[in-house]
Amino acid sequence: MAASVYLNVAASGILTGLVYGLMALGLNVIFGVVRIVNFAHGEMMMVALYAVILAWSAWGIDPLWLLIPLAACFFLIGYGLQRGLINPFMTRPEHSQFILLVAIGMILSNGALLLFGPEARGVQLAYQLDSIEFGPLLIDKARLYAGLAALAASAALFAFFRLSRTGLAIRAYADSQRGALVVGLDLRHLFAIAFGLGTACVGAAGAMLSLLIDVTPSVGPAYTLLAFIIVIIGGLGSFGGALLGGVLIGLAEALAGLILLPSMKSMVSFGLLILVLLLRPQGLFGRRT
Amino acid sequence: MNRLLDTVPRRAIWALVALLALLLVAPAAVSPYLLSALVLMLYFACVGQSWNLMMGFAGLLSLGHALYAGLGGYVAAALWVHFGIGPWLGAPVAALIAAAAGGVIGALAFRFRVGGVYFALLTIAFAEFTRIGFEHFDWVGGAGGFFLPVAAQADPIDLRGGPILFYYLLLALTACLFLLCRGLSTSRIGYYWIAIREDEEAARALGIDVTHYKLLAITLSAALTALGGTIIAFYGNVLSPGDAFGAQRSIEMILAPLVGGIGTLFGPLLGAAALSLLGEGLRWAIDAAGIQLPGLTQLVYGVVLLLVVRFLPHGIWPALARRLRLER
Amino acid sequence: MALLTIDGIGKRFRGVQAVRDVSFAVEAGTIAALIGPNGAGKTTCFNLIAGSFPPDAGHVSFDGKALDGLRADQVCRAGIGRTFQIVRPFNALSVLDNVVIGALCGTRDVRQARIRAMEVLELLHLDGKAGQRAQTLTLPERKRLEVARALATGPRLLLLDEVMAGLRPTEIDEMVAIFTRLNRDTGLTILLVEHVMRAVMALARHIVVLHHGEVICRGTPDAVVRDPAVIESYLGSEAP
Repeated sequence: MAASVYLNVAASGILTGLVYGLMALGLNVIFGVVRIVNFAHGEMMMVALYAVILAWSAWGIDPLWLLIPLAACFFLIGYGLQRGLINPFMTRPEHSQFILLVAIGMILSNGALLLFGPEARGVQLAYQLDSIEFGPLLIDKARLYAGLAALAASAALFAFFRLSRTGLAIRAYADSQRGALVVGLDLRHLFAIAFGLGTACVGAAGAMLSLLIDVTPSVGPAYTLLAFIIVIIGGLGSFGGALLGGVLIGLAEALAGLILLPSMKSMVSFGLLILVLLLRPQGLFGRRT
Repeated sequence: MNRLLDTVPRRAIWALVALLALLLVAPAAVSPYLLSALVLMLYFACVGQSWNLMMGFAGLLSLGHALYAGLGGYVAAALWVHFGIGPWLGAPVAALIAAAAGGVIGALAFRFRVGGVYFALLTIAFAEFTRIGFEHFDWVGGAGGFFLPVAAQADPIDLRGGPILFYYLLLALTACLFLLCRGLSTSRIGYYWIAIREDEEAARALGIDVTHYKLLAITLSAALTALGGTIIAFYGNVLSPGDAFGAQRSIEMILAPLVGGIGTLFGPLLGAAALSLLGEGLRWAIDAAGIQLPGLTQLVYGVVLLLVVRFLPHGIWPALARRLRLER
Repeated sequence: MALLTIDGIGKRFRGVQAVRDVSFAVEAGTIAALIGPNGAGKTTCFNLIAGSFPPDAGHVSFDGKALDGLRADQVCRAGIGRTFQIVRPFNALSVLDNVVIGALCGTRDVRQARIRAMEVLELLHLDGKAGQRAQTLTLPERKRLEVARALATGPRLLLLDEVMAGLRPTEIDEMVAIFTRLNRDTGLTILLVEHVMRAVMALARHIVVLHHGEVICRGTPDAVVRDPAVIESYLGSEAP
């Protein structure tokens, strides 16, 4: 096959991977900071997808315009969820927490099934059919926009964690739990903010992903798993790792789809997960605890 | 037998006998529809109890347990359809293969000290990997599904027959699993598993080869789950990778023990009964109202799971047992 | 005859040399103590002996056989029992069941294990609490439970990691009496890591002093407490 085909597929994979990376960033904040294993991460993104697609269906709004309002909305939902429902589970045995999130995931995906039925839905935008030429590369406009938006959102998140007081406080907690307590940070509030940020990422990623895929109530679990794979490969606690991991997975899946069968794409991701868990559990950039 | 009944209060034994009697005569007293609901209930009790062995005893959270049930179904079905080897022989073979799969996962995980959430993710990944693999495995039907030929006449040797056959088969399996778990709980293995669950390092300091016992838990759990999987495959007569190995299935399988009570003997059965009752009740209500509500049962199950894990983290059984004074 | 021989062991943790070239021997049937300031490497030595992790250098041999590279559970089955500095009872289980798990090291039969467990509990004065959940015990009781559990495995050498910490003087005397009797009646060899000098002086026939991961003195209790290096680094001039 011509080199340009590989290049195009690779470029497309990288751009999609940026969106995955944003989703994984959200999980990184939730799992890495609040230490909550969000087994409902993918389902939350499914909800974001539905929100965006329905808004488009009803009022014709381009998903990219909904990015910020959706992220804000999801932030509030996440904050409330953590503060209200999940907080008591922080001191319970691990498996209780997992099961809680699994239950939330079940409720979300079946709720979606109940409300919207099993048929796939998507947006149809004019620019989804356009491509831009960059030398030998022919890139879909929609994918380009989605990837760039993901990059921008990630940058915003980086900035928040590097520059804002709350961001620094959250990172301080992630680095040293006791230290944060000593300094007198209101942990419940911090946890809730961190969780909210995580869900905000998911909301944003959903808006971007709507440009690329159709949604059904059952897409959740696959994305949950994907998010975990990316976070583990990139390294828990590493923001750069999550983004890079996303790109890597996007690339690997795209190329696997080309070289192997499209339906076997995920097997590559799982294979990578298994390898990483066994050989380098701290991931590419994570720290060994 | 005496050892098994050692510390059990009289009251509990009578209750158990009564329950057994009830279950034995049930098929004669219920409608065919209810009978098939009972078959499913017993299936969930069996696989739930098998999963419970790993989780309740050794504390290993498997979220990809459908892998073993699916293997149980596919292997036995393939042996029968392609080689004419009947399920009574096929089931143990399938169980062995499932045990091997569990052993591989366990060996990899335990050797590399993968625990907690990472272990759970590993189990999910293996199940998904297998699902996709089977979708391309045309020898057993691939994504289109694998069909077992239905026979005109009942034939217990090839497990061809109506719900009654499967009901008693699953009831027997449930009873055996129950006795097995009871036996294990009062044995050295059971004690060691609990020690591992409580504190691995302390267990090691007491001479317990943790890896060995964890492997034992996972392989035994896998093999027993596969038995249930074989039976249910021959009941439904159609297998598909998505259904057999899917995440939905893995979650479904563990609802009963989670709701009923992890680590207890009766938890899985109680949970299966409660959820079946709830499910049938919902189905009846929806039918009566004449509307279509896909996903409602699962939604309600999700809510029940949420409530249980929030308010009754040890499941329904411990609280119930205390009320009925069936356990000390 | 030396039951336990430590020969030149060393261990490094990410840039910190916790233990360096430590050698000593413990005679069979005796009680020996390993003392020194916090951070001297005492618990690391224990962990090295007990198989929690392997030494970077040196050898450990027990009863003539090398323990190098053996896992913690293998070391236990070889005949070395140990307690943890921060006690680790199986909280959800009863006191009896905790010790039964230890006793199951020596027998497969649960009934036999229970009998043995009750015997050990009597020795440690915990038989009255056999049915209680381990969680409900007081700290001194938990320490005795920790010892009982390790003892139930039927060891020839018992490693006790700061079992006296946090106990009142009468409780310390009680523990000292228990260990003295065990050693005298069964010939159990004991190696203690201890800060409580009262107990060390009462029990140990031989003391090894560690400081910054190295042995700075060894000998009889009287000799050790008078050693200037030991006084300076650890005991201070008000030594007993």
